[in-house]
Amino acid sequence: MTIGLEHYLVLSAILFSIGLYGALAKHNAIVILMCIEIMLSAVNIALVAFSRYIVPLQLTGQIFAIFAIAIAAAETAVGLAIIISIYRSRETIDAGKIDLMKW
Amino acid sequence: MFTENQYIWLIFLIPLLSFAVISLILKPFFKNKPKIAGYVTIAAVASSFLLSLWVLIQLIGAPHHELSVPDISWVIIEGGASINLGLIVDPLTGIMLMVVTVVSLMVQIYSQGYMKDDPGYHRYYAAMSLFTTAMLGLVLANSLLLMFVFWELVGLCSYLLIGFWFHRPSAANAAKKAFLTTRLGDFGFLAGILLLYANTGTFNVVELHELAASGMLAGTVLTWGAIGIFAGAVGKSAQFPLHVWLPDAMEGPTPVSALIHAATMAAAGVFLVGRTYPLFENSATALQTVAIIGGFTAIFAASIGLVQNDIKRVLAYSTISQLGYMMLGLATGGVAVGIFHLFNHAFFKALLFLGAGSVNHATKTFDMREMGGLRKAMPKTYATFLIGALSLAGIWPLSGFWSKDEILVKSLENQPVLFALAMITVFMTAFYMFRVIFMTFGGEYRGKEHLHESSSVMTIPLIILAVLAFGSGLFNITGGFGAFFGHGETYSFIEGFFGIFAHLLPWLSLLLAGLGIFMAYAIYNKKWLSAEAMGKRFAPLYKLFYHKYWFDELYEGIIVKKFLIGGIFRVFHFFDSKIIDGGVNTRFVQGFIVRNLFSWFKSFDQKGVDGAVTGVADTTLIAGKTIRRVQTGQLQFYGLIIGMGIIILIASLFLFG
Repeated sequence: MTIGLEHYLVLSAILFSIGLYGALAKHNAIVILMCIEIMLSAVNIALVAFSRYIVPLQLTGQIFAIFAIAIAAAETAVGLAIIISIYRSRETIDAGKIDLMKW
Repeated sequence: MFTENQYIWLIFLIPLLSFAVISLILKPFFKNKPKIAGYVTIAAVASSFLLSLWVLIQLIGAPHHELSVPDISWVIIEGGASINLGLIVDPLTGIMLMVVTVVSLMVQIYSQGYMKDDPGYHRYYAAMSLFTTAMLGLVLANSLLLMFVFWELVGLCSYLLIGFWFHRPSAANAAKKAFLTTRLGDFGFLAGILLLYANTGTFNVVELHELAASGMLAGTVLTWGAIGIFAGAVGKSAQFPLHVWLPDAMEGPTPVSALIHAATMAAAGVFLVGRTYPLFENSATALQTVAIIGGFTAIFAASIGLVQNDIKRVLAYSTISQLGYMMLGLATGGVAVGIFHLFNHAFFKALLFLGAGSVNHATKTFDMREMGGLRKAMPKTYATFLIGALSLAGIWPLSGFWSKDEILVKSLENQPVLFALAMITVFMTAFYMFRVIFMTFGGEYRGKEHLHESSSVMTIPLIILAVLAFGSGLFNITGGFGAFFGHGETYSFIEGFFGIFAHLLPWLSLLLAGLGIFMAYAIYNKKWLSAEAMGKRFAPLYKLFYHKYWFDELYEGIIVKKFLIGGIFRVFHFFDSKIIDGGVNTRFVQGFIVRNLFSWFKSFDQKGVDGAVTGVADTTLIAGKTIRRVQTGQLQFYGLIIGMGIIILIASLFLFG
């Protein structure tokens, strides 16, 4: 089997779909956060793969991926902080029950 | 279809299939008939065993004792490396296949009785199948990369099985501890693999062997590569200083302990060193490291085993100690010596653990202080356990004697200091094993349970293993085991069986073992010497052993709590709270923004904006009231709408763009 661009993209698509499904369907806010991380990883794989196969001499996609990883870490930190404070005030992290912004 | 020995792949693919069948078909659709899962696993392991037996027979007949299996191309990275999947079938593989399949088969059969009525029956057998797959794959793989894959799979399965009763916090913690501790060693293994790959461009074990033997691969690269691999082995085989996980791994079900200790996880480390032995052979430093760690671990763990009260913990420390012996044997005497001890140890240690499980089934405890007198109630368990203990203590002519003697001979030749430690360990081993025997089976019963012998599904594996523990040492009496590995001479059976007493060393080791047994008899059976008085007399030593040299406290209390949490994390905390919060908040935010900027905004707001805005606001309010019902407040509903929107956008791009 020769590994080409399409393998990476299919892997990326599968990961993204798993993450998207989890982010939309799971109730536990921490699991949702984890699923978002999976989606970000999928995007990173796609970025690096595109960069490697389309412009192999430039590191554009890799740089993007590194930024995305750094931002993702920050995003997770903020997300977890939000979850903690929601839990403190509402005693639940069930995303279905967190409807503070309801009309 | 199966030309050129390709059937060998099936050895680990069949248990893998069993894992898949149990978790994908039996668990969801046959929930009410858990027994099927057990039968599927047993059938899978049994067929692996028959295939392994066939492989071994072929191996013995084959020239150079090797079978070749064609590689399968796995991945080719464009403009980069290509990686092949392949199997290596040599004497080491043949012996390990037998050890793994026999012990695994016995454990699976035994588990039918031990795990009866456990709600996690499916999960148990699925994980056991995967565990066997991983170990068989590790044994068969011919490249370091593939070995690493199975290596990690072994680690994962041990995590799943040690934490099998995950609702108990102690089991969950033990599983985490085992996984993290072995991961620490695996990091060294991975670094070693990458170092070797970077310098040679190959993962293939055979090619690496040739490079090392020809001197192409030498010097610091070889030494560090070998030490990296050994670090992995230290983690999995619970050698000092990464030994702390193995005793805690007792939280898992007892058959799992038997499998981990005898045939799979703990043996994996010794096997790994055996598999990559030519790398060690050509680096004196690496070999020295293996010998010292092994010899030290042997006596270190045995000394802790002297004073534990939990029967499984004594056995756990005994395993660590015996694994140390194997490492010492590997380093001083070569592959055949170390692996011969592994081979014998697998049978008697599996036997001892399953015996301990049988005892637990009757007494509902592992604490030896609440046992005693089981000799009468459980004769089969007692007889088999006694054979295992005698074998472990190294009594002629049981299996442990033969392999231990070889290790002692070789270490006397090459490492006199470690030989002295190993001799003391012989005494300790005999003492702690017979302490177990007398506390568990001798005297009067001290507990409250109604005692009974275990069912035959549990005792039959015990008896089969007892026969193996009795006889497995005889394979090398004629030197045949060593010759199978390609070194050592052979001689007649009688000459080997009795001729061993022409040397002084066996007498000495038998004397020490006998002394250990006698000491245990004197203290724990006849009570000529009081155990409590001995404990008080040697209080500092007793405390040191009882608290396992305070290694758990060192790792958790000092390194994790004081150094990481108290030291590094605290500096971070200080930086955050004092410098960032303090500096930014007080000086900038309050000082500048609030005082100057905001007061200016405020006056502008009140005078200019308010009037104009009120009118607009009223209009917006009415519009908002009507369409606000779209806002359910459910974050995931929004996500769904966004996702669908994107799909519609992409679809329309394809359709109309």
